[in-house]
Amino acid sequence: MSGFRPSVEAAIPALRRYARALTHDAELADDLVQDTLVRALRSEHLFHGGDVRSWLYTILTNLNRNRLRSLARRPTHTSIEDNDAPDTAGPEAGGRDIERALASLVDDQRVALLLVVLEGLTYREVAEIQGVPIGTVMSRLARARIQIKTYLDGARPSLRRVK
Amino acid sequence: MTDRDSPVTTDELHAYVDGMLPADRTGAVEAWLAIHPEDAARVAEWRALSDALHQRYGSIADEPVPARFDLAKLARSRPPWRAIAAAALLAAVIGGAAGWIGRAASTPAPSSGEIITADALSAHKLYIAEVRHPIEVKAAEKHLIPWLSKRVGTTLRIPDLNEYSLQLLGGRLLPGPIGPAALFMYESPSGERFTIYCSRSKKMRMALRYQSGGEIAAMHWVESEIGYVVSGPDDRGRLAKIAQTAYEQMENPPARGAQFPLISRRKGS
Repeated sequence: MSGFRPSVEAAIPALRRYARALTHDAELADDLVQDTLVRALRSEHLFHGGDVRSWLYTILTNLNRNRLRSLARRPTHTSIEDNDAPDTAGPEAGGRDIERALASLVDDQRVALLLVVLEGLTYREVAEIQGVPIGTVMSRLARARIQIKTYLDGARPSLRRVK
Repeated sequence: MTDRDSPVTTDELHAYVDGMLPADRTGAVEAWLAIHPEDAARVAEWRALSDALHQRYGSIADEPVPARFDLAKLARSRPPWRAIAAAALLAAVIGGAAGWIGRAASTPAPSSGEIITADALSAHKLYIAEVRHPIEVKAAEKHLIPWLSKRVGTTLRIPDLNEYSLQLLGGRLLPGPIGPAALFMYESPSGERFTIYCSRSKKMRMALRYQSGGEIAAMHWVESEIGYVVSGPDDRGRLAKIAQTAYEQMENPPARGAQFPLISRRKGS
């Protein structure tokens, strides 16, 4: 058990990055991370080896999905945010574009894309986190990339500048 | 040049960009890209997307970790009720409600089951999303069950869902279709949440019914004028088992004498 807490601690920066990319809201993202950590600490006795980091990603992903389920029944909430949110999240236009492109994905695809590309997890790890076969992860990833390209080609061509 | 006889698949192109291609295929993919400009362009776009994601979010992981994430502090904040709930009996069940059983429903409304299920699903969706305050009263607080029992108008008990790794978090009071309703929330170690909703029903009894509402689903039944709705992720087999367990415990409450076995057994001595 001695390795458990250090492993959790070491994962915090990456969890914050993942949560921010999932939510685009710094405060909400850190709330999700904190809740993830509290749950992990409480359930330490249930953790029988394995990869602590993957387990933390699993908890955070589930918590965020719970949150999205609630938003889904209140569509006005998201549209108001889209119109009113001040542009504080990204200093450069490219950052804003990538946020909107991510927001255009369905959650399962966004999760797969971020875990693989941003967090550097293997397809197998993502499959375990999402509870699906590896082939499903790969098709989510492929669809996410197609959707983002479509989005950027249509609405926001400026990302092309980013190399 | 190289392996012209084993064409490169789209999956391999993704794996190549993600660094997950087996080493012995790298040469073949690179040779393929050299003579397939459309695929090379796709690969370049995907790499640009990866770069954009890292550029936008990478720095967050370099920030100093805020003090609120101090693990020792977070661990100390662990509420004692978790430990109690862990071994607890967890289902909303009626028992000893002889007074209420006597009052047979007079006019069963055909759609009351649907109304109560819709109410329960709304409450489920709303409160499972709460990160900080999913419940109003925690499972360990002794007044939780007496209070909700009194408001709903029956004796509520709590089924044990430990075999599904579900722990009772606590409950809250809600307005129901024809009177106050109680909502109990359970949670798995990975953060999945289930709820059990209990409210007076115009029906006397109704068998288990399943209703899917998109990503979430509910099992509903009525017993002795109290409607119960178990809601959770839309996995019919799993939800049915959980509802069945709760239902069976309601039909056969443990004859241990204690009115609220969960609380009294843990705290009593």
